[in-house]
Parts: sequence; C-alpha cells; structure tokens
Amino acid sequence: MNLDQLVFLAISGFTITAALAVVWSRNIVRSALALILTFLGVALTFFNLGAGFLGLVQILVYAGAVAVLIIFAIMLVMKPDPGTTNPTTPSRDTHYLGGLLAWLVVIGLGLAIGFTTWPSLPAGPVDDDAVGALAQLLLGNYVVAFEAAAILLLLAVVGAIILAKGADKI
Amino acid sequence: MIGLNHYLLLGTALFGIGLYGVFAKRNAIAILMSVELMLNAVNVNFVAINRFVQPAASLGQLFAIFVIVVAAAEVSVGLALIISIYRQRRSVNLDDFNLMKW
Repeated sequence: MNLDQLVFLAISGFTITAALAVVWSRNIVRSALALILTFLGVALTFFNLGAGFLGLVQILVYAGAVAVLIIFAIMLVMKPDPGTTNPTTPSRDTHYLGGLLAWLVVIGLGLAIGFTTWPSLPAGPVDDDAVGALAQLLLGNYVVAFEAAAILLLLAVVGAIILAKGADKI
Repeated sequence: MIGLNHYLLLGTALFGIGLYGVFAKRNAIAILMSVELMLNAVNVNFVAINRFVQPAASLGQLFAIFVIVVAAAEVSVGLALIISIYRQRRSVNLDDFNLMKW
C-alpha cells in the first residue's frame, strides 16, 4: 500500500466516521460538532484532489460560517436536557424505510460506479494558476450566474433577517 | 492506485448517510445538517470528476462554488424559518409542525 492510498483511506475514513456521528448522535450539539469534522474531512479531500482554493472556501464557509450559524440556532432553540435533543423518528416504519432507501441508493450507485468504464486518465499535474483559471471562468463565460448568485445571497440575508425578527418589527 | 471511482464511492457513502439522516431524524436542525451532508457529497463528486476527466478546465470546481453559495443561502433561510416557527410552537420537532394542515 503506497502513500496515496493510505492518505485517501485515512481522509475518507475520517469523513465517513464523522458523518455517521452526525446522524447517530442523540445530542444535537455533538451532531453539530461532528458536522464540523465532516466539513474539515471534505476540505481535506479537496486538498487531496488538488483543489486548494475550494478546500479553503470549504473551511471558511462551511466549517466557519455555516457551522457557527447552526450552533447559534441550536443554542436558541435547545431544550434543557441535551441528551434527548436529537431523537430519531418515533415511527419505526419511517426509520427502517429511510435506512433501506439509503442502503439501496448507496448499493445502486456503487454498482453503477463499479460497472461503468471511466476514462482511465491518471490525475494530471495540478495547474499552478488554478485560482486564475477559476476567475477567468467566473468573470468571463459565467458572469451572469455569478451576478445571480450575488443577488441570491443578498435576498437570502434579507429574508433571513425578516423571518427571524418578524416582519412587523422591522 | 486511487482513481475516480474511489472518490465517487466516498461521495456516494456521504450521500447515503445524509439521506438516512433526512428520514430518521425528527429535529428540524438535524435534518438541515443531513441535507448539508448530501450537498457536500455532491461537491466531492464535482471536484473528483473535474480532476480526473477534464483537469484542464476547472468547470467542476466552478459548479462546486455555486453549490456552496446556494447551500449557504439555504442554511441561513432555513435556520431563520426554524427559529421563527420555534417562537410560535416552542418546538423544533417536525411532528409538531402542522400549521399548513387542515
């Protein structure tokens, strides 16, 4: 086993363990902290794939902003007993159906991935100016989508303030 | 040799875990967190395919950036909604949300 495989196995094992902790934990604060670990694991995967800029964005936006937002929301709505804050659904049918559906999706997609012949390109060298290439795309061909994303973020911020504060108090 | 399908399997596993969380949880915030897991799985797939199939053009990374933007907007509005409903219902359990049922 060479270093490549060892690094990949370590990162993906870490990520999947943290993701399972998000779903299985009974305490929602622990779920949120495991979610931060999952985000960091995905960021490590991005670094491993040579997408350094995206990994940094992942750490900044997900592990920074989104995680803090989720933890603040948890603090605002938490019940006094934290051990029961994240219960599974009371209906066993829904629970088993969800588990079954998730397994079906994973096995189906896994088989599809296994049987597809992918172009067996070795991962080429990473572009030195990857951020520059991304900026060329973002402000060139895809500038309309870029502006639309900016407007979407503005609308989301205004909407979140109005929803959380109450429209009559603005 | 770690290839494209290993990364796709990692993405599939993350997606499945998120899907299970959406079905098996009652807490609205926990369901939002599971949706975030699924979005991250999609991002892993985008970046992996970009790296192995078309490394010259970074279109996959571009799409991943847009997914991150939309996910940030989604989580802010979703949490504001949850806090707003909590004010009225004193609960974040999805079973207690029947405001739009009649």
